[in-house]
Amino acid sequence: MRALVRSVVLVAVLVLLNALLVGKLVPGVSISPYFLQILNLAGINIILAVSLNLINGFTGQFSIGHAGFMAIGAYVSAFLSITFGESIRSAFSFAPATVQDSVLLLVVLAAGAIAAAIAGFLVGVPSLRLRGDYLAIVTLGFGEIIRVFILNIDAVGGARGLGGMPRLANFFWIYLFAAATVAMVTRIVNSSFGRTLIAIREDEIAAEAMGVNTTRHKVLSFVVSSAMAGVAGGLFAHYLMYLHTNSFTFIKSFEIIIMIVIGGLGSITGSVLGAVLYIVLTEGLREFAQYRMVLFSLLLVVIMIVRPGGILGHRELWTFFRRRRAAEAPAPPAVPG
Amino acid sequence: MKSRVLLALLLAATLAPACRRGGGDEILVGEYGSLTGTTATFGQSTNNAIQMAYEQINAAGGVLGKKVRVIVEDDQSKPEEAATAVTKLINQNHVVAMLGEVSSSRSLAAAPICQANGVPMISPSSTNPRVTQVGDYIFRVCFIDPFQAEVGARIAWEILHLKKVAILSDVRNDYSVGLQTFFRQTFKGFGGEIVAEQSYSEGDSDFRAQLTQIKSANPEGIYVPGYYTEVGTIARQARELGITVPLIGGDGWDSPRLWEIGGEALNGCHFSNHYSVDDPAPAVQKFVADYKAKYNQVPDALAALGYDAARILADAMTRAGSTDGEKVRDALAATKDFPGVTGTITINKDRNAVKPAVVLKIENGKFVYVTTVKPTGT
Amino acid sequence: MTTFLQQLVNGLSLGSIYALIALGYTMVYGVLRLINFAHGDVYMVGAYAGYYLSRKLKGDEPSLVGALVVMLGAMLVCAVLGVIIERFAYRPVRRAARLTLLITAIGVSLFIENGAQLVFGPDPKFFPSLAPRADFIVGGVRLTSEQLTVIAVSFLLMVLLRFFILKTRTGKAMRAVSFNLDAAKLMGISTDRIIAITFGLGSALAAAAGVLIGMQIPKIDPLMGIIYGLKAFVAAVLGGIGNVPGAVLGGLLIGTSEVMVVGYLSSTYRDAIAFGILILVLLLRPQGILGRTHKEKV
Repeated sequence: MRALVRSVVLVAVLVLLNALLVGKLVPGVSISPYFLQILNLAGINIILAVSLNLINGFTGQFSIGHAGFMAIGAYVSAFLSITFGESIRSAFSFAPATVQDSVLLLVVLAAGAIAAAIAGFLVGVPSLRLRGDYLAIVTLGFGEIIRVFILNIDAVGGARGLGGMPRLANFFWIYLFAAATVAMVTRIVNSSFGRTLIAIREDEIAAEAMGVNTTRHKVLSFVVSSAMAGVAGGLFAHYLMYLHTNSFTFIKSFEIIIMIVIGGLGSITGSVLGAVLYIVLTEGLREFAQYRMVLFSLLLVVIMIVRPGGILGHRELWTFFRRRRAAEAPAPPAVPG
Repeated sequence: MKSRVLLALLLAATLAPACRRGGGDEILVGEYGSLTGTTATFGQSTNNAIQMAYEQINAAGGVLGKKVRVIVEDDQSKPEEAATAVTKLINQNHVVAMLGEVSSSRSLAAAPICQANGVPMISPSSTNPRVTQVGDYIFRVCFIDPFQAEVGARIAWEILHLKKVAILSDVRNDYSVGLQTFFRQTFKGFGGEIVAEQSYSEGDSDFRAQLTQIKSANPEGIYVPGYYTEVGTIARQARELGITVPLIGGDGWDSPRLWEIGGEALNGCHFSNHYSVDDPAPAVQKFVADYKAKYNQVPDALAALGYDAARILADAMTRAGSTDGEKVRDALAATKDFPGVTGTITINKDRNAVKPAVVLKIENGKFVYVTTVKPTGT
Repeated sequence: MTTFLQQLVNGLSLGSIYALIALGYTMVYGVLRLINFAHGDVYMVGAYAGYYLSRKLKGDEPSLVGALVVMLGAMLVCAVLGVIIERFAYRPVRRAARLTLLITAIGVSLFIENGAQLVFGPDPKFFPSLAPRADFIVGGVRLTSEQLTVIAVSFLLMVLLRFFILKTRTGKAMRAVSFNLDAAKLMGISTDRIIAITFGLGSALAAAAGVLIGMQIPKIDPLMGIIYGLKAFVAAVLGGIGNVPGAVLGGLLIGTSEVMVVGYLSSTYRDAIAFGILILVLLLRPQGILGRTHKEKV
């Protein structure tokens, strides 16, 4: 019941915020489209960071192929909305345009998520048998293979990119899904399934010895994580209205890793923080764009040496506010390093 | 949950908007180009010429009594950066018109954004037909690829008397893909034969595998409709593999660095282009002299086209009597017989310029004028 | 038939480059169990070092001596770079979790790449001609002097390395460290020094590869290390990571298959081939062709 009330409140808040930001709520008060873009991109980053943290931070499986799943979600959803957008819309022609748009968005996002999940399964099953460094390289390889594969499909534009998607995603939808992702991952992590994932992270062999089917758990969390990346991709596609495979190289995967490392590998709020910080710094340093990546990479190395746990380590932001209540956050075990 | 939303709001509030709007006494024109990256000389040449054009125009009183200021964004030779750059120029800088790009792929990425926002866009040098098909706000001041490929086919068939040609094109690049498609059609139409077709990707540096395959098919020439960075290396590696036949290309070859990269391997190769430095017409010679004086470099075709695009935009604004997007668009569409450095420019109903092409031959580091090919029907 | 042989030659010269870079990966992995992501970027720095050195020496005709000087100079520069990277980025985290090491390596790699773009400029540069040109034609197959140089120099360096590892004391110490770091320490080997030497050596080889590639394909740019580095890593894994002859074998195989695929199939899958091979190897025979499996004890 409480969850239902909370969801309704959230939706209401987001609707109001959305109207406010685009100037429809209070006349004359609006935010510049450029800053709205930053906010929205931050929201998409949040989805990417939190979903990657599920597999990297909580399950301890180092995957550098996240951009590949984002790409699949993006391209599948874009292709569908370009090809079948009209037919889906006309099926709901009795409803107002916003409802039509929403239905279309949900349909294509679902398709993108499913496609990404399938890809996650296909990549996960063979790869997750490997450990540490090898897994990282293989996921990197798969991410690139997916990208090259998409690049060669002429129907989605190939090297010229894919454009013409309607702008279905906005602040409301992006942050709704961001909130949903955070909620979902929090629930997973706090469940017994989540605890098993953490056990696998801490010591896979011990977990195996305790009777856990580690492969099944790893693959499952990988699939869930990929599906979320697919949703992020779909939102990305329908926000920017233009896709090019160059946006989904391993550099993108590295960027997401930077976000979760800065925030803290085992912390959900850390990922959110990292995602927002990353985009703020990126845009803020746009004048110094050439120095930006140099600074980020230096930051990454320094963090690894000095504070490998990132800003929050394994803790969540609310543990600082709820010390007294001793909330059920996973007890911080040995932080890497 | 709420703390996160609060955080986002806080950030939005603290980031004080720093929009730059045009002052009442300035006309803001946006330019996006590849100032860095694999096709850096394209963007730099075009930018040089555009800056020079507006300096001259401003010195003569400006447009509609106001000075024109160009705001340039670098797209790093990447299409997705082109899209971002154009979005920023329109949304943050509020430019009234857009100049760019050289590469068709990048123009194609940016055009839909300009079209959707009602900002007229003039591409100086994109030759793929699809660019102007995006919408009625998109124009170009150069010829299009079906014509350019025809020129290439004529070079092969009529000038070099080749009957069997191989094609080595860049599969990642609309310009190259478009050119080789039309070339193949036209050349076969003349009665020629395409004996081998290979492809590479922009950014590759090793072409020996493809060239070895081409060599085994014994072509009399190779059509390489790519950009100068790869073309130079291709020429060099071709000669190393013992391929002595001439290479033929398009305006993507035009760069001061082509010879630096390819060297003597390029001797005897031909390509189609928009203008020749040796053209004796007074307007061309004045342009070349001005450019040389200002930049200490001989202007290439990209510069010449950039110059023309900038001036046609100014001319259209003057004719329209306003900088309003719709009016400028209409004025651009009505451009007739504009005296450009790259020829007399008339914009046809497809928003393309109908112009002749020149054929240039490479000899010891110089691009030597061979002949002019007029579009059929003129 | 000549075409096939020519492609084989092309593949061998490309493969020698991969082999040289792969050697660095394999040596470092052997002693530290670390995939040095930054290795490909060291190769890139080597190419640039060679570029700037050769421009300094310019003016006279390209000569063999000049080429040698450039190559040795670049190797020295990168050996120093490798030691610096190890000392300041990897040593502090040497005892940390594998994940931390990996992320650090990624960070270093990004740092070098973006730093290079800043310092050298992002536009590609073109190597001047270093050695005098001559072509050799054997039964219709052409070998340029550059290709011959690449193959010969790579081969020479690999032989020297093998000699170093097998016959010298330092080489023995390196093998001891890669077998068991702690035991080697107990035996009185200065592991820090050995590790530094390993990095220095591997980086020098990568630099040689960088100069050789500059001679063969004159274009260099700050991001060239990424894809070459990854493919060289695949080569090291293919041959058996930690295994020196394996790295050579892997490099040659990857180079040849890449050329064959591009020549006979399609160039668009050029990069994907290496990854495809990687995935197959890791799934079917993760220890590589010449490697041995380790049992993990708890």
